[in-house]
Amino acid sequence: MIIEFVIPALLTIITASTPLVFAAIGEIVVEKSGVLNLGVEGMMIVGAVGAFAVTVKTGDPYIGVIAGAFSGLLLSFIFGFLTLYLYSNQVATGLALTIFGVGFSALLGHEFVGQTINSLPKLNPSFLSDIPGLGPLVFAQDFMVYLSVLMTILVTWFLMRSRWGLVLRAVGENHDAAHSIGFSVTLIRLLAVLFGGAMAGLGGAYLSLAHTPLWVENMSAGRGWIALALVVFASWRPWRAFFGAYLFGGITIIQLYAQGFGVDVPSQILSMLPYLVTIIVLVMISRDDFRIRISAPACLGKSFHPYG
Amino acid sequence: MVFKLEPRAVSSRVMIYQSPIIAVFLTLLAGMVMFRLMGTDPLQALEAFFIEPISTMDGIAELLVKAAPLILIAIGLSIGFQANVWNIGAEGQLTIGALFGGSLALVFYELETPFLIPAMLLAGTFGGMVWAAIPALLKTRFNTNEILTSLMLTYVALLILSYLIHGPLRDPDGFNFPESRLFHNSALMPVLVEGTRLHIGILIALGVAIFAWLFIFKHMIGFQIRVVGLAPAAASFAGFKQKKLIWLALVISGGTAGLAGVIEVAGPIGQIVPVISPGYGFTAIIVAFLGRLHPIGVIFSGLLMALTYLGGDSAQITMNLPNAVTGVFQGMLLFFLLASDVLIRYRIKIR
Repeated sequence: MIIEFVIPALLTIITASTPLVFAAIGEIVVEKSGVLNLGVEGMMIVGAVGAFAVTVKTGDPYIGVIAGAFSGLLLSFIFGFLTLYLYSNQVATGLALTIFGVGFSALLGHEFVGQTINSLPKLNPSFLSDIPGLGPLVFAQDFMVYLSVLMTILVTWFLMRSRWGLVLRAVGENHDAAHSIGFSVTLIRLLAVLFGGAMAGLGGAYLSLAHTPLWVENMSAGRGWIALALVVFASWRPWRAFFGAYLFGGITIIQLYAQGFGVDVPSQILSMLPYLVTIIVLVMISRDDFRIRISAPACLGKSFHPYG
Repeated sequence: MVFKLEPRAVSSRVMIYQSPIIAVFLTLLAGMVMFRLMGTDPLQALEAFFIEPISTMDGIAELLVKAAPLILIAIGLSIGFQANVWNIGAEGQLTIGALFGGSLALVFYELETPFLIPAMLLAGTFGGMVWAAIPALLKTRFNTNEILTSLMLTYVALLILSYLIHGPLRDPDGFNFPESRLFHNSALMPVLVEGTRLHIGILIALGVAIFAWLFIFKHMIGFQIRVVGLAPAAASFAGFKQKKLIWLALVISGGTAGLAGVIEVAGPIGQIVPVISPGYGFTAIIVAFLGRLHPIGVIFSGLLMALTYLGGDSAQITMNLPNAVTGVFQGMLLFFLLASDVLIRYRIKIR
């Protein structure tokens, strides 16, 4: 009984958490470079529709994944260009990205509503996934689940152990100092923004190719915003964001199983849980003003003007 | 030839007002490219989108009906944005306002009195204020980012609406459809022009705009709000109470959004339905920026954005274009506006 219930539950948690992992890890890199991109929701939804459309046209979900990342990247380029080269307000531009992304994805996805695709296949090395319990859980996921873990490892290594990670953090902490020792603040930030866009696009691709292999307008349903909250929750640390994402995945499971256990709560109340938990978590983290101030990149959200 | 941006010694006041015009022009150009890519005649599509909807009296009435909520919400948001308070949960505050005001209509069902509409408007405003007070409390008490909390509360508000309309507020004789009873006459906004849906909402919006103009430019608190946004350090040296201003900015914007919500349910809709607003709370963010965060500017930008909603419907009917074109136009307009705004503080040098 335990195995019968726990294994599917854990599988659902993994599926629900993976898009958040991609989006949050990407946004950490963006924010570490000193840029606040509030357009995660927009990049995710465009990634979702891009991935879905290309999968329908080619029949190959792997090409769809690449298309999703590329769609997110393209959209983030608009953000990078406006904020870094035309010095527009980052908060306003991020909001614009989300408004545009939601509209644009609805336009692109118009002809794909109701179509079906082959969802992202689960890797199934039978000798490993036949292990009872652990097997299907650890060894029989689709490749993006492993990619999300790999990206978390890589980003942690990049930010904390590599020379260019140090440069990126320097740009985010003090852009004038980084500029004066000869680093191109604008270019480094643009690359970070593009990386964040591609990661949000991957998160979106996971939604429309694996989580629910369908295109539905507004299907990201605020996950981009939850990813933004996760970054604060994680104090800008990739592994904390990873586990934070799994915590949120865990909340999703309550929604699905509560009614199965005969808990008599209206479904709408259960659907509120992720949003309410986000608020509660933000309150708990933010009340410690000092901790936020020491962990947030010092130049977060500030425009850099090379001519002073 | 290389383009370079060179800082201006003094910000250009002229560009502040020219930038929206440039942005609208660029949006139209980009829109033509978009229509071309979608395989339709660009000029014909633009005509269907921007001219046809307002070529009749009925169309102009509809334009004013849609502009009213946009103007109301954008006025409130402008006040917050000036103080660097980013309330992006107006959609949620609108929903709660509609529920407060609409519930009053259902509680006093069939009560004929001229006082019902004013009471509903007050209740709606109060509802929006209550919903915006949550991010205000969390921000001032726990230092929680109001962008994220106000947005999360939007999703919660939409789910509350969904729960109520599938349960307690559902029409008892409505064959289980998720809709409330139709409001009776005393609970409907008085109509301005017989035969159209034009109601007094637009007059309320204009009144609020004038009131907001007086408040921002003639009152000490309005002055403080502007200083907090432009020079936070100066504001704290001057001893302005930042927390009070955050509260004010959020509660005012919540109030106008709530008012817009009740005006929608008591106006064009006439009952509580599962979808009250086609994203007015988010579109109003664009209206606020396009109107230069100025109550009078917002009136003009509100009319323009209302036209994009009508244009989307019209293009869908006459040219079979997807309605989502509206959202794309709105997003592009904000992009071009933010891009043109660089010219306020910089000039282009060609080398």
